[in-house]
Amino acid sequence: MLTKRLIACFDIINGRVTKAVRFQDNIDVAPAEELAVSMYEAEIDELIFYDVTASAEKRPIDIETVKKVARAVFIPFTVGGGIKDLSSMYEALKAGAEKISVDSMAVRNPQLITDGAKAFGSQCVVLSTQVKRIETMPSGYEVYIDGARLATGMDAIEWIRRGQELGAGEICLNSIDNDGTLSGYDIALMKLAESAVSVPLIASGGAGAPVHLKTLFTETQTQAAIISSMLYSPRMEHNYSVSRLKEYLAENGIAVRPV
Amino acid sequence: MKTDGIKIIDYKAGNAPSVMHALERLGRKAEFARHPADLDHATHIILPGVGSAKATMASLREMGLLSSLEEAVINRNVFFLGICVGMQILFDYSEEEDTDCLGWLPGRVVRFDAGQVRVPQMGWNQVHFVAPTSYPIKDDYFYFVNSYHAVPDNQANLWGQADYCGLFTAAVRQDNIYGTQFHAEKSGEAGLALLNSILQL
Repeated sequence: MLTKRLIACFDIINGRVTKAVRFQDNIDVAPAEELAVSMYEAEIDELIFYDVTASAEKRPIDIETVKKVARAVFIPFTVGGGIKDLSSMYEALKAGAEKISVDSMAVRNPQLITDGAKAFGSQCVVLSTQVKRIETMPSGYEVYIDGARLATGMDAIEWIRRGQELGAGEICLNSIDNDGTLSGYDIALMKLAESAVSVPLIASGGAGAPVHLKTLFTETQTQAAIISSMLYSPRMEHNYSVSRLKEYLAENGIAVRPV
Repeated sequence: MKTDGIKIIDYKAGNAPSVMHALERLGRKAEFARHPADLDHATHIILPGVGSAKATMASLREMGLLSSLEEAVINRNVFFLGICVGMQILFDYSEEEDTDCLGWLPGRVVRFDAGQVRVPQMGWNQVHFVAPTSYPIKDDYFYFVNSYHAVPDNQANLWGQADYCGLFTAAVRQDNIYGTQFHAEKSGEAGLALLNSILQL
């Protein structure tokens, strides 16, 4: 059967992985390629790279780093940040990425999702979105863009439903409220999302202990979880190995790719 | 080390670079094939696949590769591996955008039932190899990204199966023709081991 996926997410600045809390105060962790290889050897299921400053600095994605990583790891690899048109998608795919993550640019230009899906297939287009609890929104969640700095007035669940219609093959929801808190994923958000869309979902933001993964995978249909702090953040008291996490999930009856 | 003969068909929507990287890791030297003549001296042909069956067929047609592929694989029995959509187009027909395919293997390609499972299937699934082989290969987890799956008419073509709310075709083979629905090039060490085994053939 299809297993639940653990995804390591790297925020890249100048070719190095950094770690932020609530999208701020990035601290340096390691060179991207080095950390990618160590995660690959630890049998992480997937990698996501965000070139976090590409969009703000209005420059293309850091293709050299993408190329280096693509040569060194043989698991699916998603790239986001600074993807503004078909040609930047093609560059990232040609450099060895499997999937392209679009976020703020897709809010500004939703056609980007459709163009990418038509050119490369829906499975290549991940709609990633930063959402915040806002009680006055219909679903209770609002979409934020530009590193979670700018409110859009768009309802988060409505946006992912539209994203699926536009051609997104996978949706990644990042809870701004939970991000970096180590208090667990936003389960209510994932439950809303799973009934709104039929494509696979990735939960992001809040993982701080193995039980958070167990709760996510038992209480929702979410198929993949982003873990980053738990794996490598120097801010954590101690980090968890991928094998420890997978053993724990397997002991709790959750299907994972064994290490 | 064999230094030539492996050709990876490079069409715009495919993920040929990922396949190239995997072969580099295995110490195999491959070249991209973009023109009909590139297949003339091929010993192994790999057709990577992402995107739709229709787009893949259209790319092969636009690149003028259809007849040289057939010449190499069907007439000269050159080893062929189709990956993902590259496997699906081996069959007669795909439901995806109502597409006529190569027809090298009898059967059709149908969509997963989105009422039953999340579509596309995305992630690692356990593959059980059902046919005996002369080379080492073991049941393992491989990475899938697919909304459609093949239904071979000929059970002898079934090489591997996996379960996504019911068994589906994970790998096929017939003589010199191999196909994997999963992305062997992105399936970690299990995928590299499989590629290494079948490229010895």
